[in-house]
Amino acid sequence: MMSNETSVLRAEGLECIRNDMVLFRDLSLAVSSGEVLQVKGPNGCGKTSLLRILCGLALPNEGVVYWNDKDIREYNGEYVQHVNYVGHHNGIKVELTPAENLHVSNALSTTHNGASPEQALQQFGLYGYEDTPVRKLSSGQKRRVALSRLLLTHAQLWILDEPYTSVDGAGRSFIADVLKSHMDAGGMLILVSHEPVSIPGVKIREMAL
Amino acid sequence: MGAYQAFTALLLRDLKLGFRNMGDLLNPLLFFLMVVTLFPLALGPEKSVLQEHAPAVIWVASLLAASISLDTMFRSDMEDGSLEQILLSPYPDIILVMAKILAHWLMTGAPLTIFALLLSVLLYLPGAAYLPLLGTLLLGTPILSMVGSVAVALTVGLRNGGMLLILLILPLYMPVLIFAISAVNNAMRGLSVAGEFYFLSGMLILALTLAPFATAYALKIRMG
Repeated sequence: MMSNETSVLRAEGLECIRNDMVLFRDLSLAVSSGEVLQVKGPNGCGKTSLLRILCGLALPNEGVVYWNDKDIREYNGEYVQHVNYVGHHNGIKVELTPAENLHVSNALSTTHNGASPEQALQQFGLYGYEDTPVRKLSSGQKRRVALSRLLLTHAQLWILDEPYTSVDGAGRSFIADVLKSHMDAGGMLILVSHEPVSIPGVKIREMAL
Repeated sequence: MGAYQAFTALLLRDLKLGFRNMGDLLNPLLFFLMVVTLFPLALGPEKSVLQEHAPAVIWVASLLAASISLDTMFRSDMEDGSLEQILLSPYPDIILVMAKILAHWLMTGAPLTIFALLLSVLLYLPGAAYLPLLGTLLLGTPILSMVGSVAVALTVGLRNGGMLLILLILPLYMPVLIFAISAVNNAMRGLSVAGEFYFLSGMLILALTLAPFATAYALKIRMG
């Protein structure tokens, strides 16, 4: 299972400028194992930019992100093993089947937890759709395929950008179950969502941008 | 071991995607076919004229066909977020980029080489020039894929990136074109082709060493 030691993601003095507009300045945050941080704010306020900075895809104009007190830019190869990011875009190929997509995700990660693509899809209620090309799935189902990727690795830090987009009620309960077991196992979670998020038994910290 | 698996998984993924998007795969090949078959019609059936121009026609057509195919290399991965996932992989970006470049070559450079050999019959290419033509294509088309990948990575996701891409790659493709055509011409006249082959091999090795690094960095810059 996931390592038991506590980890901390800490960001200090982040500044992000896009198209000559300051999206945020001097932003600091810290999330440690077992914590959930929900980032809120109006459209275009830099939520996605913040998540991309936190997972190391984009560089902040100012400031540093630390994983266990190590700068993630210097220890990027080590850091990304602990991160599982489901972005605004699903990151799946519509020409492939869900199982093929997850097989590629599996091959690209170094911290498999032994779950097969089929098991992961089943947990998101996609049993029977393993071999249907993603092109033929609805957008909510596509979102769930993307989220299934979370279940393949030991990554401690989950960074989710609007996980609930176009997901229906049943899908939401699948997501809630998965998030709950992740938090129970000592994981950490940073997510952007406009809607209230509830994970049974876990306190959710909110941050407004 | 793990990195090797990541490499093959990404390579196979791209090949699968290529075969499921047959149109994208066939586009550059059909373009090549069209250009090469139009030349005998345009120049007339005179054997000596066609023979004289054969190396140039084949190489210019291959180069243009390879340029057309570049555009798709990273675009869909950028648009659907797959590129983020690839760059977030703990494996070295260079290895993953190399898988994508190899997949691109297997789907454009390799079939173009076969097409070129078949179609050079139409242009009365002399028998002595076949092997040198094959050699220049085998050395040259991987250079086109690798140099192209750097330029594509720099322009992916840009509006009007296509125009910038052509401006970036044409000067870089010119040495390949010049030396490849000169090698085949020499072979047709019974001269030595060693100099050109050494130069093309040198360029191939240079591209192999630098292009994956440059592509990976360019992609990171485009993502940030």
